[in-house]
Amino acid sequence: MEIPRHWRLKKQRYGLVGEVCPHCDYKIFPPRDVCPNCGDEAKDLFTFSGKGQVYSFTTIYEAPTGYDSSAPYTVALVKLDEGPIITAQLTDVEGSSVEIGMPVEMVTRKMRDDGDERGILVYSYKFRPSLLVPQAHHPAG
Amino acid sequence: MTDVIIAGIGQTEVGEHWDISLRDLAYAAIREAIRDSGRLRPQALYVGNMLAPNLSNQAHLGVLLADHCGLTGIEAVTVEAAGASGGAALRQGYIAVKSGMVDAVLVVGVEKFTDQVGAGVDSALATTTDSDFEAIQGITAAGQAALIAKRYIYENKVPANGFAGFALTAHANGAGNPNAMFRKAIKPEAYAKADMVSDPLNMFDIAPVADGAAALILTRADLLPHDYHHPLVKIAGSASSVDTLALHDRHDPLGFVAARVAVEQALQKAGITLEQVDFFEYHDAFSIYAALALETAGFAARGEGWKLAADGSIAPKGRIPCATMGGLKARGFPGGAAGVYQAVEAATQLRGGAGRCQVAGAKTGMIESLGGPASTAVVHILRTD
Repeated sequence: MEIPRHWRLKKQRYGLVGEVCPHCDYKIFPPRDVCPNCGDEAKDLFTFSGKGQVYSFTTIYEAPTGYDSSAPYTVALVKLDEGPIITAQLTDVEGSSVEIGMPVEMVTRKMRDDGDERGILVYSYKFRPSLLVPQAHHPAG
Repeated sequence: MTDVIIAGIGQTEVGEHWDISLRDLAYAAIREAIRDSGRLRPQALYVGNMLAPNLSNQAHLGVLLADHCGLTGIEAVTVEAAGASGGAALRQGYIAVKSGMVDAVLVVGVEKFTDQVGAGVDSALATTTDSDFEAIQGITAAGQAALIAKRYIYENKVPANGFAGFALTAHANGAGNPNAMFRKAIKPEAYAKADMVSDPLNMFDIAPVADGAAALILTRADLLPHDYHHPLVKIAGSASSVDTLALHDRHDPLGFVAARVAVEQALQKAGITLEQVDFFEYHDAFSIYAALALETAGFAARGEGWKLAADGSIAPKGRIPCATMGGLKARGFPGGAAGVYQAVEAATQLRGGAGRCQVAGAKTGMIESLGGPASTAVVHILRTD
């Protein structure tokens, strides 16, 4: 399905490449060429760090075609450290409790299969609990 | 200025109509609306539909339905704005009549969900989100509402079962609506025990998608048939606004700014205040959207919309009756037809013909049709003298 479309989005999907506004320094993801903050043209590329926090999350039990084999899975709104919020699946969270405010970091994972159509596997960003942040509830001593 | 009158109304029962096609559903509602109007002949048709190209492999509904209903020769187009398609089609019809460009307009909302099941329906609904950056992550319409609800509960410390009042009110009201999908009141225990669909939303927080069609004939007061016998219901205010498509692109995902703007503008155009609204048909595709609709309209302070459901304020005899004929939750959610059903139901209330669902003395109703999480909002104010 839609091979050129997936190819077009590779910088965003694999590298979290957005934009930075040259006029007000606002960081933009996904890229949209017009700064949502000041309204001026913003086409300078900016690579996000991939660090952020969970703003909200839910578990999907009834999934769309191409995702139903991986249900249930967790989708979050992730607030990136540079400002924007993005929609992304959480991964490596099986058996652990997700919380609003939890630090997460970007990884690249398989997103969906394309059924029997063309057999294309789509890869994209997902977020996992940050490995380098001390556990919030680590017992003292 | 010329008043735009809702001269005729028609609707089918909402449900799983395996045996009725998209075109026949629409025809049933259209035939009833034309008959109800005193057989006015429309010169234009606006079709509100959300997903027929996807669910039924059928585009070009304007001509399909005009043709099928014996109306070839008129002007006909489809208006699509996801779940707000019905409200958006009504607004196009209103503009056409109000401007004087068209004497009589037919607005029909129609949706046929049950030709597909399960993951196919979820995929189709997900096309109304940002396909590149939301749907690709496996988000669903219900999942998106759940993200908002989770954050809302976190920010406002909503107790367990805090949203129950929306479903309880809707189902109690739906019991009196012969066209509702569910006509049975539910108990709080049933809500508390319901299966989780997308945490924190359970089955009763989510309106059921189903088949249905509703239709309206709009015209000017001076063009009504001389023997027209219904109380006059006019469209006193109409407004629409859009937000960002993607939920994540908003500074305030709980803000529902488009809904707030559309209500403000519609009230202003009608020349009335919120206190004059006797009942409110909100877009309760998800209970959280009903809570936010109450807040952004101004019926409740931010973070307190859920309390109006819990304390009975939205019940038929409460401060602001809502979902008076079941809402999307109990009447059912027939996609792009939902906004037209709201208009049919509000007109029924204002004519005094709502039977067991009647809001006593109702003179002014407000209807709000949303596409996605208030990505599109369309609001109409209906009044009778």
